[in-house]
Amino acid sequence: MDAVYDWFRVLYDETGINLPFLYDSYDRNRMFQGFLTTIWLSLVCLFFSVIIGVIGAWLQGSSFKWTRRIVNGYIQIFRNTPPLVQLYFFYFAIGTILPRVENDWGGQSPILGSFAWAAISLSFFAGAFNVEIFRSGIEAVPKSTVEAAEALGFTRVQIYRDITLPLAFRVVLPALNNNLVNLVKTTTLAYAIAVPEMLYEANQIWSDNVNVTEMMIFMLLAYFFLVGILVSGMNRWERAMKIPGYG
Amino acid sequence: MKFSMLKIAAASLALSGMAVTTASADVLDTIKERGKLIVGVKADYKPYGYLDSSGAVIGIEPDLAKDVADRLGVEVEFVPVVSSNRMQFLEQGKIDLMIATMTDKPDRRKVVNIVDPNYYSSGTNILSLKSLGLKEWDDLSGKPVCGIQGAFYNKATSENYGAEIVAFKGTAEAYAALQAGNCAAFVYDDSAIVAKAAEAEWSDYEMPLQTIDDAPWGLAVQLGEDGFKELMSEMITEWHASGRILELETKWGVANTPFAQAMHDKYK
Repeated sequence: MDAVYDWFRVLYDETGINLPFLYDSYDRNRMFQGFLTTIWLSLVCLFFSVIIGVIGAWLQGSSFKWTRRIVNGYIQIFRNTPPLVQLYFFYFAIGTILPRVENDWGGQSPILGSFAWAAISLSFFAGAFNVEIFRSGIEAVPKSTVEAAEALGFTRVQIYRDITLPLAFRVVLPALNNNLVNLVKTTTLAYAIAVPEMLYEANQIWSDNVNVTEMMIFMLLAYFFLVGILVSGMNRWERAMKIPGYG
Repeated sequence: MKFSMLKIAAASLALSGMAVTTASADVLDTIKERGKLIVGVKADYKPYGYLDSSGAVIGIEPDLAKDVADRLGVEVEFVPVVSSNRMQFLEQGKIDLMIATMTDKPDRRKVVNIVDPNYYSSGTNILSLKSLGLKEWDDLSGKPVCGIQGAFYNKATSENYGAEIVAFKGTAEAYAALQAGNCAAFVYDDSAIVAKAAEAEWSDYEMPLQTIDDAPWGLAVQLGEDGFKELMSEMITEWHASGRILELETKWGVANTPFAQAMHDKYK
């Protein structure tokens, strides 16, 4: 393995193509940690944004006027403001008014760190879109299907869980796919509040080595592959869930 | 098309010829003729060069520039510069002299005429809560430390002392995060930290460590202006000898820096 790393150092000396995240052990380590942080942040946000979407869409169909109003208010706020502004808002405005806790270096620090705020903020941001996406799917389920379920004595929760949602899921997958791809790309914004994800680490590396061009090309390829993996997974899932003759 | 290209080439030739002639004339004569010394200084680097409430440029470096103008017996005019344009302003002759917190580096000496000896110096230090009681750089090990994205000392601080760097885009965000308790310290230029720690709002904070990576600052004139350079070299030596730099630090609320003290001892 060391021979491969050394080869990239030789490449730099010979051609000027500088890839320190391959030959320098410190830069390699932080780039790898950044990669893991990006994946972890993406997975957390994907999971919670889908949960928020499913629950939100169910609450939108609630018979209580105020539940519907609150869900719609949430969608309007999170869908109509830029995610970067939301990150700053959560981290610098909400984060500083929450209670502080004793930390292990003898000071007082906010109860939530930058990663937690990025996960919360991006989940709510993507979740707002997911609610609308799931609503479109639920509305596509024929009313007669729901009425048939009611006639068979299903409760409201059962109808949503066993009848409406499985059918709606198949309708919304292409739109959901789009939104989740966007979410993974939006995780790069977290570098504004110093979450050490890939773009943040790349920025540190190109500041230290002045190899902006190489790092930009690398980042583009890295995200292309990362999102490519997500898209192929989603497409496979879409095919597996297909019901012949439906949708 | 070809014709216009030729015209451009001819024009640029003529222009470069003009540039050479202005550079070879002694700028000291030009200054005296014009009755005004034009100096490039910082306007956003308290207390070395910043704007007062009326919009006038004040600070340690403007005071030094005034000394130069007094010596030449002319008026002084300040042109605010930033790090990314200060050398270009001097090269283009927009300013006669640049005193703008510039670190003296070999590659910069190729572009502008940096005057020896160095007039000032700054290094890397941290701003942190007094109550944390940090004493050594190694005390930062394993603690989150705020920084500025792109600063060269981020890597050193984390590699050599084990700090976890939390880097933000600008100083405002880093100061906010430090105050909120997101980091144990903020690693930055010691000269800026000294001024920040002196503000009432930051009275609970201190600059507790030994400054590292100390690098000298150089003031500069245009390449080829050796007469002016000689004069400036004399002036800097005089500033150090008379304790003028130490006096200005005290005037602008900066604790006397080891560099200024050492230079004073050397030249007095």
